[in-house]
Amino acid sequence: MNNLDTLLKEENNVLTRFRNHRIRQSRRFVVLVAGAAAMLTVAGCHKKAAAAPPPPPPAASAPAPTASITASPDTISPGQSVVLAWRTTDANSASIEGIGPVPTSGTRTVQPTESADYTLTASGDGGNATATAHVTVNQPASAPAESNINEQVFEENVKPVFYDYDSYDIRPDAQSVISQDASYLNQHPELKVVVGGYCDERGSTEYNLALGENRANAAKQALVSAGVSPDRLRTVSYGKEKQFCTEHSESCWQQNRRAQFTLDQ
Amino acid sequence: MNGKKSPLYLFSPFCVSLLILIVAPALHAQDWVRTGTNLGVQRIRLAAASFKPMTSDVQSLPLKSIFDQTLYNDLKNAGIFDMVSQSMAPPEMPGSPQEIHLDQWAAPPSNAAMVAFGNIGVTDGRVTVQGFLFDAKNPQTPQILGKQYSDIANDENTRQIAHRFADEIIARLGGGVNGICETHIYYVSTRSGHKEIWVMDYDGQNAHQLTHLDTISLSPRISPDNSRVAFSSLGRDGWTIRMYSLTLNRIVHFVSPGGTTLSPAWNSDGSRIAFSSSRTGDNEIYTASPDGGDLRRITSFRGPDVSPVWNPKTNSQIAWVSGRTGLPQIYIMDSDGSNVQRMTDGGYATSPSWSPSGQFLTFAWNRHYGPGAPGGQDIYIMDIASKRWIQLTHEEGANDFPSWSPDNRHIVFQRDDQIWTMLSDGTEQQQLTHGGSNTMPNWSWK
Repeated sequence: MNNLDTLLKEENNVLTRFRNHRIRQSRRFVVLVAGAAAMLTVAGCHKKAAAAPPPPPPAASAPAPTASITASPDTISPGQSVVLAWRTTDANSASIEGIGPVPTSGTRTVQPTESADYTLTASGDGGNATATAHVTVNQPASAPAESNINEQVFEENVKPVFYDYDSYDIRPDAQSVISQDASYLNQHPELKVVVGGYCDERGSTEYNLALGENRANAAKQALVSAGVSPDRLRTVSYGKEKQFCTEHSESCWQQNRRAQFTLDQ
Repeated sequence: MNGKKSPLYLFSPFCVSLLILIVAPALHAQDWVRTGTNLGVQRIRLAAASFKPMTSDVQSLPLKSIFDQTLYNDLKNAGIFDMVSQSMAPPEMPGSPQEIHLDQWAAPPSNAAMVAFGNIGVTDGRVTVQGFLFDAKNPQTPQILGKQYSDIANDENTRQIAHRFADEIIARLGGGVNGICETHIYYVSTRSGHKEIWVMDYDGQNAHQLTHLDTISLSPRISPDNSRVAFSSLGRDGWTIRMYSLTLNRIVHFVSPGGTTLSPAWNSDGSRIAFSSSRTGDNEIYTASPDGGDLRRITSFRGPDVSPVWNPKTNSQIAWVSGRTGLPQIYIMDSDGSNVQRMTDGGYATSPSWSPSGQFLTFAWNRHYGPGAPGGQDIYIMDIASKRWIQLTHEEGANDFPSWSPDNRHIVFQRDDQIWTMLSDGTEQQQLTHGGSNTMPNWSWK
């Protein structure tokens, strides 16, 4: 019992770590994208300046544009929305970094997952003007839900598939489970899924890992046959390294011989 | 049932004839007969005298005690000696050839044919050992060995000196087969809270943790030159093979193919690695160079294929486990995938290890496996040419992952959650590890 508890804990730690790693990676990605965008903007300006013919003297009457932008509210939790409202004067065009060209004045609702600066650039005959609104996104202690479907909802809808002893064939009674799982996944095409293959405690560690891989794969193939894109499905074998039930009985072993579906985060 | 079976079952007429059939062709090269079965060959009666402390340094007595115990255990574990128990030894502590009375050692009750003796001292933080091996039945020119060792004085070094002296004695008296006292066992332990790769001396001493990956790491396999450990480890994208360098003390480059990749195995010259990978969707056996390059697939059947091991004598054959006909069975094939031969005739057979002599497989087998069937997973050895087998463990826990010692005389294996060793005839079983879960042992090549 204790060993298994430890193992499960171990498994959870591993999963948490991977998730955190993933988040760190995605943060890094955002920073990179922002950096790259900034560089492009700078480079673009240079180019324009270099390529432009000697500037005609600006019409004496063209006033310099002005720009202002607000974010409301300016502090949110992940998943909440922010309304950006902006105004410009004497501008021919306007754009917001990260959003693109926008009308010269207007509002837009955004759902940032990370704290962000929204920089409005207004361009007119009289030159350019910029204004920035900052939105702070409070990161909760736990990982943010990337979708409003959480593990619990997911597992209520996408049920595991159980296997016979030493077998990875989809049983007739599992076909209806597969159909329901597939229809839920087809209704939620944004979800990516880990198909985990599990074995009971009997038999040998290495062989069970290979058998678990075959179980995960059989479930994946069944979902693919039911119309789920294989790109959304990733298989991982847990062999007998992780158990759902820890008694030494046939009913418990049956619980452990399964393909389990979890959100791929 | 009569509870524990005594090793005498081996002497039933059937077993005896079986053993003779198995070992007869190898008599010229192997000492397996002598060491494994005791048939027809008397073990050498050997006494290990208490070593004489030569200095009064405070470390002397504790180190002497460690030395005496390690040497005695090493010689006893070797499987080729009939050890004189300490209570039968003459009441003397000879520190040098001048001090020994060989006639007393040769006489009853010790009846020693050979005596190992010597002295140990600690000076200026260094331990020095002089060890001798004398032939008690040849008083004219009794000396067979005289060795001197010196190292920084600590428990670990003292144990290593005893191992080296024991290996000298075994090499001299053991038919030219080197001893295993300086070898190591790599294994998986949960003592840190995660399944990590650990290593210990062959006798279970000096255990320490190698990897700190905080995930699940399994199936450690040490390279023939003792420089790297290949193992499989669970990462974000499932199981990959990873490589730990014992010279750099860190993970080094290995390109693991995609999919669930498991159970690495070195060939005996370290030039190829075999493993199981599901990169095509079904676990198959592949071989690759030690950095993961030059990948070659050598099996293609529906069903799990896993746990390959090379014939270390030739590197031209691979034994592995396949579920192509249902329950897993042991198969062998040429290392290019040709000449597939099934070795086991039923039940649930896994975890092969090929003997260094090339002649035998050892593996875990449950001959009456099925839903609802009781446990009974035991270690067996099989003569490859004849496919005749012998059961080595009986009605004691679930046994798995046997691994041969380089001298062919020992097998280390997992019983339930701990690591045990035995002679390769199944006798002298002893538990090496205690505490936590310690599994999947792999014996080093030297």
